[in-house]
Amino acid sequence: MDFAHDCDPFPAAVKVLIAGGFGVGKTTFVGAVSEIEPLSTEELLTQISRATDSLEGVEGKATTTVAMDFGRITLGARHVLYLFGTPGQERFWFMWDELCEGALGAVVLADTRRLDQCFAAVDFFERRGLGFIVAVNEFEGAHRYTHEEVRAAVDLGADVPLVMCDARHASSTTEVLVNLVRHLIETRNEHAPEVVRPHEPSAPHP
Amino acid sequence: MAATSGGPWLDGDAGRLIRPYTVSGGRTRPTVSFDLLTLVRATGSRPHSQLGPDHAQVLGLCGRPTSVAEIAAHIRQPAVVTKVLLSDLLDCGAVATREPTLLGPDSPDLALLEAVLHGLRARL
Repeated sequence: MDFAHDCDPFPAAVKVLIAGGFGVGKTTFVGAVSEIEPLSTEELLTQISRATDSLEGVEGKATTTVAMDFGRITLGARHVLYLFGTPGQERFWFMWDELCEGALGAVVLADTRRLDQCFAAVDFFERRGLGFIVAVNEFEGAHRYTHEEVRAAVDLGADVPLVMCDARHASSTTEVLVNLVRHLIETRNEHAPEVVRPHEPSAPHP
Repeated sequence: MAATSGGPWLDGDAGRLIRPYTVSGGRTRPTVSFDLLTLVRATGSRPHSQLGPDHAQVLGLCGRPTSVAEIAAHIRQPAVVTKVLLSDLLDCGAVATREPTLLGPDSPDLALLEAVLHGLRARL
C-alpha cells in the first residue's frame, strides 16, 4: 500500500473559496488550477431567513440545496487543497456564511466589464473577517484598467492585494493562490506578533 | 425522459425518476456528521452484512483518502444522501474518516499556511 510506512494515512484537507459574480469565470478558474475535472455537488446549506421570504410559522433557519463546483490540488503527501466556487447568483449570497466556515481564505474573481458583480463578495468577506484577495480575470477584448482604477472602482482597502490573472491557465491561477496564501501569512503575522516565525519566508517566486 | 451519461434518470417535469432518498432508505440524516471535506478511506475490513449496490459503489471510491464532496459528485447524489451511505459504512467499520483541517479566525496556524504555500509554489 502507498501508506504502508505512514502511521497516518490521511492528508490534511483544507479549502479556499473562489467567489465572484455570475459568469466571471469561477468554474474556468477552478478547472484550470484543479488536478481533476471540476466536479459538482449539491449540499444542503442553512439559510438565514430574510424578511422577504420568511414563511409564517417558520422561524429562524431553513435549508436549501445549493450546487457547488469544486476542484482539488494535492500538495505533497500531507496536504490536499479543495477549491470551492461559490454559487454565483447574488440571491444566494447569504449562504456563504456556512460555505466559508473553516476556509483558509478566498479569491474574489472580478471582470472589469462588470465590476459591480464582485461588490457583494468583497463586502461579505470584509465583514466576515475572512482573508481574501481580488483577482481580475482579464478577458480577451476587455479594456485593461490599471490597478489603481480597479481599486478605486471596487473601493478596495489598501491592505487587500489585487492581482491580474487569466482564469484559463494553470500557471496564472496557481500564481493567484500563491498570492492569496502569502497574503494570509502576512496578515496572520501582523495580527499575531507573539508567534515566533520559524524562518524567514523564501524569496518571492519570480 | 432522458438519461445523462451514467447520471440519474431525469424527466423534464418530474426531475429525478429515482428520488435521492430512495438510495438512503428514506433517511435524511447520517448517524455521524460529515463535512463536504471530510476525508474517507476504506479500512479493508468487509462488513458482515451484504452491501447494497450503492454502498458498494461508495466503498469502491474510497480506496485512497477521498472527500465526501468527490464521492457525492461521482455517484451523482446530493451530499446529504452520500453522507447517509457513508455513515452506514462507518458504522460497520468499512471506512475510516478524518475531519478537515478548519482554520478558525483565531488560530494562526502558520505552519499549515507555509506548507500550503510551499506546495503551491512547487507546482509553478
